Amino acid sequence: MGGLRRLFAIVGKEVRQLRRDRLTFGMIAGIPVLQILLFGYAINTDVRHLSAAVADQAQTSLSRELIAASQASQVVDIRARVDTARELERMLGRGEIDVGLLIPADFGRRLADPSRAAGQLLVDGTDPTIPASARQLAALELGYDSTPKPARREPVYEIRNYYNPERRSAINIVPGLIGVILTMTMVLFTAVAIVRESERGNLELLINTPVRRIELMIGKILPYVLIGLVQVTLILLLGAWLFDVPIRGPLLHVYGAAGLFIAANLTLGLVISTVAKTQFQAMQMTFFFFLPSILLSGFMFPFDGMPPAARYLAELLPLTHFVRLIRGIMLRAAGLGDMPGEVLALLAFTVLTLAVAVGRFRKTLD
Amino acid sequence: MADDYAIEAHGLTRRFGELTAVDHLDLRVPSGEIYGFLGPNGSGKSTTIRLLCGLLTPSEGEARVLGRRVPGEAEALKQEIGYMTQRFSLYEDLDVRENLTFIANIYGIPRRELRARVEGQLARYHLSDRPRQRAGTLSGGQKQRLALAAATLHRPRLLLLDEPTSAVDPQSRRDFWETLFELSAEGTTILVSTHYMDEAERCHRLAILDHGAIVADGAPRDLYEAMDALVVEVETADPRAAREVLLGREPILGVTQLGVRLRVLVERSVADAPDLVGRLLDGARIRASVTLTHPGLEDVFVMATRDAREPVPWEG
Ligand SMILES: Nc1ncnc2c1ncn2[C@@H]1O[C@H](COP(=O)(O)OP(=O)(O)OP(=O)(O)O)[C@@H](O)[C@H]1O
Ligand SMILES: [Mg+2]
Repeated sequence: MGGLRRLFAIVGKEVRQLRRDRLTFGMIAGIPVLQILLFGYAINTDVRHLSAAVADQAQTSLSRELIAASQASQVVDIRARVDTARELERMLGRGEIDVGLLIPADFGRRLADPSRAAGQLLVDGTDPTIPASARQLAALELGYDSTPKPARREPVYEIRNYYNPERRSAINIVPGLIGVILTMTMVLFTAVAIVRESERGNLELLINTPVRRIELMIGKILPYVLIGLVQVTLILLLGAWLFDVPIRGPLLHVYGAAGLFIAANLTLGLVISTVAKTQFQAMQMTFFFFLPSILLSGFMFPFDGMPPAARYLAELLPLTHFVRLIRGIMLRAAGLGDMPGEVLALLAFTVLTLAVAVGRFRKTLD
Repeated sequence: MADDYAIEAHGLTRRFGELTAVDHLDLRVPSGEIYGFLGPNGSGKSTTIRLLCGLLTPSEGEARVLGRRVPGEAEALKQEIGYMTQRFSLYEDLDVRENLTFIANIYGIPRRELRARVEGQLARYHLSDRPRQRAGTLSGGQKQRLALAAATLHRPRLLLLDEPTSAVDPQSRRDFWETLFELSAEGTTILVSTHYMDEAERCHRLAILDHGAIVADGAPRDLYEAMDALVVEVETADPRAAREVLLGREPILGVTQLGVRLRVLVERSVADAPDLVGRLLDGARIRASVTLTHPGLEDVFVMATRDAREPVPWEG
């Protein structure tokens, strides 16, 4: 009874302070909008006029037709003609072209065989938009009517994605981006929460009142749960509006997953807040955590391509579990119940970090 | 009886690394009194107060506050003590009323009473004209009144005030002390630290701290009477030269300059102290008017810390 009262006193105070803190308030909306625009630009799949070179080793009418069709698609601008695959690779390596079209000498025979790709696209995968665009080329049909078209199971081009083995698109990035944005803002907001009080001298007064540690901790993070959910809404709306990102699973489960993830990040922020001596240190620690989260979670690089040690580490990061959950729900129409392991992992992380934060926090100045 | 003393400490010690900030302090603060801690910067006033609220763990010794062990039972004490930190520690981005309401909720003031209690504090501490002003924009004196309003909101039996009047003008200081006397009359025990002699003189009892140790304690009057020195005031055109002459001469114990005057401490056994001082100055051809005067706390302080500060140089 008295506990709830104190809890709500802390919450009310935090909300008031937050409303008056223009910078933080601006970051709540600013970070999601900025990030989604930044990432959105890079994930725009409708890229045209990629510079390309062709190695036409077949030199048949069919091969010329394919080259003409590729050019006509406007996806590529053919800038150079070379003889060998090696030369294409070299130009790709020097960054002179984004795409290399390789038409092997046995192009005619390959085309007749529905189980084999006839040509190859050599693609610079360092820029994530390029492989996605190149896939449009792969879908090209040859308008070649004289013989009955064999039912092709393989596209005309086989895509050889250099430097980036997994093809990605906006649809794949936006769900993960929810997690990245939440990691950034949620951890940071609470990481400075308690340190700020001690830097400003408020803590010496606060720890001399009957407030309990758990009340202080929960009271500090509750307002941010709501803020996190507002951010999620903002990202979902922007994603749907700008990039047609679908929400195939139940919306409630999207928010459920986000809620679990927000809680995990907030409690982690609290732990940082009990370790850091200054707000600056708290920010450093936040970024120390942010980097592996982004790199190892599967948001940027495919999880399966990582060495086992990195994978074990990644399993400890809440973002890893959230990326799996949210992609599952938004893209594969799964529900939280389909991935109980991920849900449990986030719950366990939250409870554990909250316990650590409460345990580390002392109502003394020692 | 435990109830006679609001605070009892034995051998209370706190070290920070090599430094002993509080050094084997024995302390007894009678219930209902205003007890002063007088000491210069770094003498351990704040550290002692923090030890007494349980904010710091003692390295040695023990303390009982309102009959409870600290820091062991500190949590049970929170509701009964009010603490005003040396640095302003309310929320600068909340307004005056919001700060008090927050504190009232934290202390669980019954809801029906809450508004009346907050408004009462605003009136009592002369803040009724600015309830919506952000605490960060208050003047030094207003901040101090707000801090005291917050510290007394839950009607604690014991108030610990850490240099409450630094940053406040003399008139506000007098008003502040009026309030302290009122609180004391209502039965609150008050421990207040200060480095102002005039404030310390108003306390029922006080302890003089130096380098973490109590060098003298008692009622102000008792301290004067117990002093092993007579005080001679010297008025002269060149007080620096006069000081040079007197310093370190037998039986002179200490010389403090106060503007154009010097306060000279002479051994109590000397029969005619002003004469003696006059003769010493005459010998150096310094004209001065010399009178015997009443000791003040300043003199008590100089006497008490004499040995620790400067060993009296011996000249023939
Ligand atoms: N947390 C700490 N870590 C290290 N040293 C400390 C700490 N707190 C206090 N000290 C040292 O302990 C000594 C006593 O400090 P304290 O703050 O108690 O003095 P004070 O009498 O309150 O002084 P002031 O009048 O300046 O407030 C000082 O030398 C100070 O530097
Ligand atoms: Mg102090």
